[in-house]
Amino acid sequence: MAALRIRYLTAKAVMAPTVLVMATCFYGAILWTIYISFTRSSLVPNYDFAGIAQYVRLFSTARWYTAFGNMFVFGGLFIALALVLGTLLAVLIDQKVKGEGVFRTIFLYPLSMSFIVTGLAWQWFLNPAMGLQDFVRGLGWEGFTFDWIIDRDRAIYTLVLAAVWHSSGLIMAIMLAGLRGIDHEIWRAARVEGIPRWRTYLSIVLPMLRPLVVTCVVLLAIAVVKSYDLVVAMTRGGPGNATDMPAKFVVDLTFERANIGLASAGAVVMLVAVLAALAPYLYIELSRRAR
Amino acid sequence: MTHTAVAGAIPRAARRPARKASASRAGLYAFLVLAALFFAIPLLIVLSTSLKPMDEIREGSIFALPMAPTLEPWSKAWLSACTGLFCDGLHVGFWNSVRILVPSVILSVLAGALNGYALAQWRFRHADKILTALMLGAFIPYQVILYPLVKIFSSLGLYGTLPGIVLIHVIFGLPTLTLIFRNFYAGLPEELVKAARVDGAGFFRIFLQIMLPMSVNILMVALILQVTGIWNDYLLGYIFAGRDNLPMTVQLNNIVNTTTGTIEYNVNMAATVLTALPPLLVYFLSGRYFVRGIASGAVKG
Repeated sequence: MAALRIRYLTAKAVMAPTVLVMATCFYGAILWTIYISFTRSSLVPNYDFAGIAQYVRLFSTARWYTAFGNMFVFGGLFIALALVLGTLLAVLIDQKVKGEGVFRTIFLYPLSMSFIVTGLAWQWFLNPAMGLQDFVRGLGWEGFTFDWIIDRDRAIYTLVLAAVWHSSGLIMAIMLAGLRGIDHEIWRAARVEGIPRWRTYLSIVLPMLRPLVVTCVVLLAIAVVKSYDLVVAMTRGGPGNATDMPAKFVVDLTFERANIGLASAGAVVMLVAVLAALAPYLYIELSRRAR
Repeated sequence: MTHTAVAGAIPRAARRPARKASASRAGLYAFLVLAALFFAIPLLIVLSTSLKPMDEIREGSIFALPMAPTLEPWSKAWLSACTGLFCDGLHVGFWNSVRILVPSVILSVLAGALNGYALAQWRFRHADKILTALMLGAFIPYQVILYPLVKIFSSLGLYGTLPGIVLIHVIFGLPTLTLIFRNFYAGLPEELVKAARVDGAGFFRIFLQIMLPMSVNILMVALILQVTGIWNDYLLGYIFAGRDNLPMTVQLNNIVNTTTGTIEYNVNMAATVLTALPPLLVYFLSGRYFVRGIASGAVKG
């Protein structure tokens, strides 16, 4: 028995560094940031409590206001488009197409590349002077204009385009796995009833995959809150601050503007946003474990 | 045989939809090909630009194939592309990334495997709580903990050093990797470990002789997840690596986005391709493991 206890001690000793790291570097750090967001800190941490002053300042800062709004515009469009395109591609590939492997490989490869590479590739493609606009004008359509990437009001949509390009393959892969797991009996029953195939997908099969859709939405929503690299590479937050995002706002204020208090308040808002995005998933996960 | 029999049994009137079906089949392929073009074109354009001389870029369109393909932009990107004042080329960032990648991947996968095994097969008290804490930890945005981590690391003298950035990657890999391995080891029959325990095998011996040999698949998944994830990382390298260890992604972004003077688009695009190549190779060589790796790590960052 003593020997067994020693071995359990070994297991605990192996876990100890992880527990220590989680307690300090993750949860301790989170508590610290939350506390700092309620203080007067600016250039250096200052531990005098100041209530919600930083949050009031945050939401009256024009740059944050833009970044926060962009998160919803970018997020709403990106999630909707990636979900629709990814699911559509999964359904189409599920029609016993020839060359399935080739299509899957092409749809998924952007996922292996960094958002930095993705952003730079799209920046080049959408560059008005050299890219797509120049090409269409060269075809003889002189008046053609597609300069969204340098248009303050539209640059955010080019980020959506690049993000959809990067991530739709993941949705396709997840949904395709789900479609392949559907019981053949359901398809047979629908055929016997004379229900058209598209109708079977819309009314029977896709509703059955609802948990997967929830997973996809949660994954994409978290990616939205964390979007940093893509913005840095593709637009650098510009023109002006037009495509700024909370993740970039926080990093810039922490490491370039050295405004710790305001940055911490922004970071806490990001944390709340992630928790909100996680809520449906946590609800499912925790209620499953409670059972 | 059954197929033809069934087809023969269909009455004439019902055959009409067959033509409609082949039309919708064509539509299906048309859409798939269009989608494939949407996904393929940006990379193809980057690739073709990287092979053109500058005057060809200025005169021709981005869709034009290189008429006089040259590898000069590639060698320039690799050997002498400029970031700010220094013109040492992208190979500096490449080797920095390799130096960061190798120890980070080995240590983080090893830590994840050991943790996952300890949590799954040695059910000590509070294991559930540790698991929940790890699960939530996997979702935390980096921005919430970056500044305190910088403080902790500078007080340890690790901020801006190679061991520092390696340790950062190991720390940020802990939640996801531990969960991946825990879920895998929890699915193995308990009798295996129990029998080994009765035989007197210790914690590490069971891990090395029983667990690891059965973990090839999950190790592949974890390796792919970490290799692509760490290679593609920008933020952590930018903040923690220090000026002498900046990874390839950071150097690439500096080369392309802070050019002064005439912009050499072909060199920029060659640098982009070079940075994308390692994860692309992993993707094309790893096949089905890749999807599992990325899907299980999609929450990171």
